[in-house]
Amino acid sequence: MSEMRVPAGPGGPSVVCECECDDVFLNEVEKVASMYRGRPEDLVQALHDVQSLRNYLPREALRVVARTLDVPESRVHGVATFYSMFSTRPRGRHIIRICESAPCHVAGAAEIIDSLLDELGVEMGGTTSDKLFTVETSSCLGVCGVAPAIMIDDVVYGNLCAEDLPEILRRYR
Amino acid sequence: MAFYRAHVLVCGGFPCVAAGCRAVRDAIERSVREHGLEREVRVVETGCLGPCDLGPIVVVYPEGTVYARVTVSDAREIVDEHLLKGRAVKRLEYTGHLPSVSLADDKRTDYFEIQERIVLENVGLIDPDSIEEYIGRDGYHAAGVALTSMSPDEVIETIKSSGLRGRGGAAFPTGVKLGFTARAEDDQKYIICNADEGEPGTFKDRLILEGDPHKVIEGMIILGYSVGASMGYVYIRGEYYLSIERIERAIEEARKYGLLGADIFGSGFDFDIEVKKGAGAYVCGEETALIESMEGKRGEPRQKPPYPGTCGLWGKPTVVNNVETIANVPPIIRNGADWFRQFGTPTSPGTKVYTLTGDVNNKGLIEVPMGITLREVIYGVGGGIPGGRRFKMAQTGGTAGGCLSEAHLDIPMDYENLQEAGSALGSGALLIIDDSHCIVDTACILLHFFEHESCGQCTPCREGTRRLCDIFRKVGELTATEDHLKLARELAEVMQSSSLCALGQSVAVPLFTILDHYADEIKAHLEGRCPAGVCRRLPTGVDEEAYVTSHAGGGIK
Repeated sequence: MSEMRVPAGPGGPSVVCECECDDVFLNEVEKVASMYRGRPEDLVQALHDVQSLRNYLPREALRVVARTLDVPESRVHGVATFYSMFSTRPRGRHIIRICESAPCHVAGAAEIIDSLLDELGVEMGGTTSDKLFTVETSSCLGVCGVAPAIMIDDVVYGNLCAEDLPEILRRYR
Repeated sequence: MAFYRAHVLVCGGFPCVAAGCRAVRDAIERSVREHGLEREVRVVETGCLGPCDLGPIVVVYPEGTVYARVTVSDAREIVDEHLLKGRAVKRLEYTGHLPSVSLADDKRTDYFEIQERIVLENVGLIDPDSIEEYIGRDGYHAAGVALTSMSPDEVIETIKSSGLRGRGGAAFPTGVKLGFTARAEDDQKYIICNADEGEPGTFKDRLILEGDPHKVIEGMIILGYSVGASMGYVYIRGEYYLSIERIERAIEEARKYGLLGADIFGSGFDFDIEVKKGAGAYVCGEETALIESMEGKRGEPRQKPPYPGTCGLWGKPTVVNNVETIANVPPIIRNGADWFRQFGTPTSPGTKVYTLTGDVNNKGLIEVPMGITLREVIYGVGGGIPGGRRFKMAQTGGTAGGCLSEAHLDIPMDYENLQEAGSALGSGALLIIDDSHCIVDTACILLHFFEHESCGQCTPCREGTRRLCDIFRKVGELTATEDHLKLARELAEVMQSSSLCALGQSVAVPLFTILDHYADEIKAHLEGRCPAGVCRRLPTGVDEEAYVTSHAGGGIK
């Protein structure tokens, strides 16, 4: 399997769907999306649910969501690329969110970011070659009382120093 | 009802969850069971107890003994020593006073004396998942009074005369806002609780929702009744998993008790609440962007007017209020407007919940009356600057707030005085920075945030935030000139007057205060010197892009 490094940041080119969007998966997408049939206002919630299937939103899946909710595909794509929790590029099994705003910066977040990227051998926004982790920045995790902090999936680790990282990552490996 | 001789409260606020409180709670429960104490000792997970950097925090009642930074092995010792033998574990004891902890023998220190709890009256004291415990603390009493013995106009009048102002940042008088929507004639109106707390340094709304979710529900019921809305929504950050879980459970409980749904308190008034999850966009904290997002679109702010009060969700009259504002409503209705006015200042009555972060000894959640000084907060509640360093800067109100220097330490913190100082009370974030940090490096971080979070809809904000980042990166690389700063000022002025929403308009607030209050330090950078020793000149022959990417201080790409 080839190493999958995707370009960082919103400036990177959007990736053509490279997942295995087989019929089984697309059926699953339709099943999830159909809970919101007739409720186009719940597009954001629908995308949350669909994304939880594979940790990202393949273009084919967006197409299915658009059809099921009867919303123009352009709007679904617009919404999927607007919010930072959604990704239209393949991501690893675990999403690591790292805060880079002022309260974490003051507490030494820069060092944590460097160590984390070093430890995983990726750039910011990238996915490890074993497809286990994707590292993303977050504007604020809302746990500034224990800055610097990272969030892996829905678990937050606070009061971090660089030495804590290998042990934390080990739990997911 | 069962009687317990001791209660063990384990802080379940999110920062404590991050510090491992769940494992500690499990260890205490296990140990209690092993000793056969489960009929005598009750273990409760509460909302935030306050000092987040001391977590996990455990409080043992009836003594009110506070244990800080408790580990799993400490948990066993607390059960063995304190609960079994009745001896407090001195080694772990936290001797400061927590305002959320009521004591039989009051050993208050001056530090915490200035705290006053209205919004946080139950946070850290009750089990947030238990509606009974909330009702036991006079919960839903205010809703009962409002719905059965007050007219909607009376409710609005009470809130108006209490002087309550929006706690989300804009400080608009809440009663006046309600009046707009109440007067609007429409068959459907909405109440929205804005829990899209994205301001860096702010985490109060999450801790209110996680510590006392029923209070927010009760506030929404009262607001719904006052304007004639039958439906309420809580729009909450997608990343706030625990808040979502707690508020959803609380809504479920309230429905079971008939406090949500049809004909509440037999008053004929129907009201229900639904939770809507955000998906990570700072701009959605802006009320019209939030409404766009709730309608299933990109969270791009709308042109105002019309304001949501008359034309909001689905074009219907909509009241959008911050979590903290809503949490103030039940105590105001319960105790009256005059009671509320005894706290704070005449123009800014009540209290304010702050989240204290950065270089202070006591970080965490505090609630103090409006009008106390920055010095009292930093050196009183905050316990001063650690490591013998010197205070350099306090940013009030989050990233979009102003940066205040030592000269401003004695300014009373209320809406008017902070505005006069060029800053804002904003969301209640208080970031304290000591003299080891460089002001230009800090400015780069702040500007990078705006660049990242600009939604891209209007040109002044989209382009302006990027150019400001570029300019300050140059200042940080010690290669900028006076002209660059002039351009930065001009840019920010244009953004302030022509951006569509508060995001672009407010970039000028931190920028101008930094330029004005730290002129000498910035001038030193123009002369090729960084007094704090943080910024370095870009070495010649280096690929600028790669250097910037790897050099976090200069703005992370």
